[in-house]
Amino acid sequence: MAGGIKKFVVGSFDDEAVLFPAVKNVRKAGYKIHDVYTPFPIHGLDHAMGLRETSLHTAGFIFAATGTTTALSCISWIFTKDWPLNIGGKPNFALPAWIPITFELTVLFSAVGMVLTFCYLCQLSPFIKKHHFHARATDDLFVMAIECTDKTNDAELQSFLEKAGAKEVNVQVAETGWWIGRYDKEQKLYREEKGY
Amino acid sequence: MNHQFELPSNYKKWTWGLIGAGAIAVLYGIIMFHPFSAPVAHGHGGGAHEVATADSGTRFWAVLLQNSVFFLLVVNAAMFFICVTTMAMGAWQVALRRVPEAISSVVPILGIVTFLVLMGIVLFGRTDIFHWLDADAVKHDRILNGKKGFLNPTFFTIWSAISIFMWWFLGKKMRTLSLESDKNGPMDYETGKKWIFKNTVWASLYCVFFGLSVASTIPWLWLMSIDAHWYSTMYSWYTFASSFVSGMSLIAIFVVYLKNKGKLEYVTEEHLHDVGKFMFAFSVFWTYLWFSQYMLIWYSNQPEETKYFIERIGTAGKSGPYHALFFVNLAMNFLCPLLILMKRGAKRNWTLLTIMAVLIIVGHWIDFYQMVMPGTVKSHPKFGIFEIGIPMLFIGLIMLGVGKYLSKHSLLMKNHPFLKESMIHHT
Repeated sequence: MAGGIKKFVVGSFDDEAVLFPAVKNVRKAGYKIHDVYTPFPIHGLDHAMGLRETSLHTAGFIFAATGTTTALSCISWIFTKDWPLNIGGKPNFALPAWIPITFELTVLFSAVGMVLTFCYLCQLSPFIKKHHFHARATDDLFVMAIECTDKTNDAELQSFLEKAGAKEVNVQVAETGWWIGRYDKEQKLYREEKGY
Repeated sequence: MNHQFELPSNYKKWTWGLIGAGAIAVLYGIIMFHPFSAPVAHGHGGGAHEVATADSGTRFWAVLLQNSVFFLLVVNAAMFFICVTTMAMGAWQVALRRVPEAISSVVPILGIVTFLVLMGIVLFGRTDIFHWLDADAVKHDRILNGKKGFLNPTFFTIWSAISIFMWWFLGKKMRTLSLESDKNGPMDYETGKKWIFKNTVWASLYCVFFGLSVASTIPWLWLMSIDAHWYSTMYSWYTFASSFVSGMSLIAIFVVYLKNKGKLEYVTEEHLHDVGKFMFAFSVFWTYLWFSQYMLIWYSNQPEETKYFIERIGTAGKSGPYHALFFVNLAMNFLCPLLILMKRGAKRNWTLLTIMAVLIIVGHWIDFYQMVMPGTVKSHPKFGIFEIGIPMLFIGLIMLGVGKYLSKHSLLMKNHPFLKESMIHHT
């Protein structure tokens, strides 16, 4: 799914303690941070970037409620309507016996559902390719990509990032969405691969 | 900022008001219920004797037993919380640690009260509370006879005394270590390491003894032996979960109270969030044990086991007097915490968490009520001034002890090596 081709100014930091004030200053200066790519989760970075609270929990609750409903409706239909059996002389509607299964399905639905939702939100999937702003973003660099608008002065922004402590600064034109491809192949832009 | 807390006069008024009301309730019970005369003799197994056993002396001892055991286990759970977090090298609780410490300092007071109640039951031969006190019945009853090595007055007395003493002694050690750290200046690396190690050793001793007492023998002796013929391997854990979740709620209430008074400056909603998580998690844990006990007995359907639940819920044809209470208990202690405390925002909301803490404590008090009453006052539960007055006495005593500790000592463990980690705690 193509998100569109945009121009970015990319700054790479090698220190968390430099990254935080840089994020703060970049936002204060009015630039729009596309995303910050880090090798490991950084506590509080989402807050510093002003990202909204994730809705993953809400999704989890909905999946869990679906699991509970599925289990209870399925089992109760099977044991009271479809195929009533006498098990140990218990009533057909034997709620306590169903609770463990209901619990399991609740957990299963919410766990699997949340993993899939998470992958969807992060656009993670086999054979799905996204532009990488810096290869070392998975190794030892914190990479901040700032989206340029037609009003942005690239040169000014680059020197701004350097002053903020970035070790490497460059300008990249990149596809923001995902496309089908493989990472073991040479990385090309969406438009190049598709022959635009 | 000043870390000393001066008790507001309002607090003192409430403390003494509650203790006074509770003392009046005890006097009322002594005068009205004749608790010191021998219980009405009764046979066993028949239905006819039930009317006779409902004499008010039974009610007196049952209510005192329920309240003293419940509140003692709740305040004791505060020290368990400290020891567990200490052993896990948890730092977040340091900013609020004086609060559970203060709560656990009530253990000796409530311990003595509980011991007196238990000894009252034993010495006055209240066979209507503990059937196994009846020497004649033990001789002729095969099940009671088989359990007499464990359920006998001597062992009961000695083990209860040892347990209460050890909770006090090991808890006192932990509190002393904590208070001593205030006297000297900040610790250097070596001193801090030694101090933490010392804490860990005492905390682990406490936890081991806690496992031997609260998580196994004590609920068997004090509560499960009311239904001396019946047993459940889930029972002690279930009781422990009940008391621990109430203990966490009590900690939350005092933390919010002090915060409202402008104290505990380093405690933020991050710390409250973690306390809330404990309340949420252990409510679910309690339900897990509650359900495991219920389902296994329901499924295997053995008469000697189902008896416990028949006394509470009744049978399909006839629901007993505890029927509604039994399910209210489940709603208050499971459904409400599950649905309300699930959201992150709820655990970080001071007002909502206080409301939930009160709800959980009342819910587990009801849980203990339905543990004790069906086996003692049988199908004649009473709920009157006496049942409301007695918990007032215990709440008053807790407020007295906690208030004393909080106003006497600094509210901040200023030299704890983990203090900074606690201050910047972030969930």
